[in-house]
Amino acid sequence: MRRKHSWLVLAVYLLFTLAPIYWMLHMSLRSNLAITSTFAWIPESLSLANYATIFTDPAWYGGYVNSIIYVVLNTILSVAVALPAAYAFSRYSFIGDKHLFFWLLTNRMTPPAVFLLPFFQLYTAIGLMDTHLAVALAHMVFNVPLAVWILEGFMSAVPREIDETAYIDGYSFPRFFVRLFLPLIKAGIGVTAFFCFMFSWVELLLARTLTSVDAKPIAATMTRTVSAAGMDWGTLAAAGVLTIVPGALVIYFVRHYIAKGFAMGRV
Amino acid sequence: MSLLSWMAWTPPVAIFFVCIGLLLMAMTVWELRSPTVARKGLLPLVTTRGDRLFIGLLAAAYVNLAWTGLTDLAQWWGAGLSAVALVAIMRYG
Amino acid sequence: MSATKPVNQRAWWFVLPVLVSVAFSALVPLMTIVNYSVQDILGPDQAVFVGMEWYKEILRDPDLHGALYRQLIFTAAVLAIEIPLGITLALAIPERGWRASLTLVLLAMPLLIPWNVVGTIWQIFARGDIGLLGYVLTQLGVDYNYSQHPTDAWVTVLVMDVWHWTPLVALLSYAALRAIPEPFYQAARIDGASRWAVFRYIELPKMRGVLTIALLLRLMDSFMIYTEPFVLTGGGPGTATTFLSQYLTQKAVGQFDLGPAAAFSLVYFLIILLLCFVLYNFMKDPQ
Repeated sequence: MRRKHSWLVLAVYLLFTLAPIYWMLHMSLRSNLAITSTFAWIPESLSLANYATIFTDPAWYGGYVNSIIYVVLNTILSVAVALPAAYAFSRYSFIGDKHLFFWLLTNRMTPPAVFLLPFFQLYTAIGLMDTHLAVALAHMVFNVPLAVWILEGFMSAVPREIDETAYIDGYSFPRFFVRLFLPLIKAGIGVTAFFCFMFSWVELLLARTLTSVDAKPIAATMTRTVSAAGMDWGTLAAAGVLTIVPGALVIYFVRHYIAKGFAMGRV
Repeated sequence: MSLLSWMAWTPPVAIFFVCIGLLLMAMTVWELRSPTVARKGLLPLVTTRGDRLFIGLLAAAYVNLAWTGLTDLAQWWGAGLSAVALVAIMRYG
Repeated sequence: MSATKPVNQRAWWFVLPVLVSVAFSALVPLMTIVNYSVQDILGPDQAVFVGMEWYKEILRDPDLHGALYRQLIFTAAVLAIEIPLGITLALAIPERGWRASLTLVLLAMPLLIPWNVVGTIWQIFARGDIGLLGYVLTQLGVDYNYSQHPTDAWVTVLVMDVWHWTPLVALLSYAALRAIPEPFYQAARIDGASRWAVFRYIELPKMRGVLTIALLLRLMDSFMIYTEPFVLTGGGPGTATTFLSQYLTQKAVGQFDLGPAAAFSLVYFLIILLLCFVLYNFMKDPQ
């Protein structure tokens, strides 16, 4: 049931997607002198010097470690609090449920720039500044609503009869939830975790504001490549290439869940 | 910096949030006493009491902003107008 | 939500963790913002109540009107391009096998690049001297320079956003398409339905749930776009790519005008709230 030329559309689009990434990879393998002096379609010589800079300087690789710590922390926390809430939304109606749902969404809509100032002061006041937890908590503002939203869609697709049968069979609620229900929505948890990871990994504004030294994310470290001697293009490009790696791994692991499909019955 | 001083509370804002809180509590009690029936009023969608309260508050905020942005008259008039809008939406929306 | 769900007020306990965690990070800052917006903060413990003054100033600021106008056009352009393009791509992705996996992974890559890196990539990619795009355009005789010409800058930011976010629409649509059971297609084949009819009456309705998510996410996120244009153009040249978040951050961080920045934050929030409310309700009810 598909048109013949759809392959062409896809191929052209993939070319468009990959061209800028190729260019960054290309630059990361060249020296700054070569980058600024001559134009080349493919690197004239391969040099890993820019990568060596990153892997030997603690300020650089420390940034990766920091980013990964708060992103993982955020993903776990977001999914953990969103699971019971999504179950409640998908199974029961209670006073204010729809409004609560929409209120959650409004937090996803608030521009991080709006929260910048109060967050800075809130986390200073409670002594969490420059910790991984601060960034993880801040990112929950936009990740938890999204997690509830996606998980609710997956849970609603599971027939309610399964719950009832389990209770008749003598399952307690926690046992039912962990043993029977969670495996049924494994795909949903995978997809949700993917989105939480993604949005936390790519966010910079809050992550940069809430950290200074100890928890500084890689993306913020990258802003220091502008020095008096001009842009350090090569190192910048190498750091950029390395930021794609964790994401590419994550998408590789969840591709099955996406390929299997989900419909999100209700909004 | 103490735990609350950075929030720079002022009485009007505190009163505003207390009112919103009371309003939500009142709505909950009302809902428990007599559950709402979704209906189609003047607004182009089916609403419950809670929906109308939300739309009303949003409308009230916009009326206030429009008053501030477009006129130089005292804000009280705008606030009064927005209160009328809120009640009207709750009643007829 | 279906009407058959049992009423159970104890469900509130399930929602409590979400409520507490989000309220802590959302309500406290929101209250603070409201407080700031009605005061002139001179220093710690030194503030003067000014009522609606900041709102008055902000709402009449021509810079804000300009930023809002640019923002609306930008968001409209983003939605008009990314949603149809994303659906088209989703229809073109192979249904299964290694080709499908490979396409998904490649397609999703821009989504997983930190936003400032996205800006950096395009900053390099579009430069006339060292960037592929800029170089090729210049060689073709196009007078292209995103740091000098406002139109070039605007179009570059738009193309960057399309590059960055269309995959999200495509992935979600693709997932929805895969969830359509085969019998639907068989029935359509028996009826001799055209490709367009299959799309219009089977695929599109089945995609509505995820399309709502995609549309709302794109609406919200394009409305608060900040990092990518900040890195790429810094809002310039002039104010050509200064969108709302850029304007806000300039006020809050650059000039440290807490009051006006807070007042504007709330106005900003109200605009998005209204847009999303309308769209959410529109997508929820069939027509």
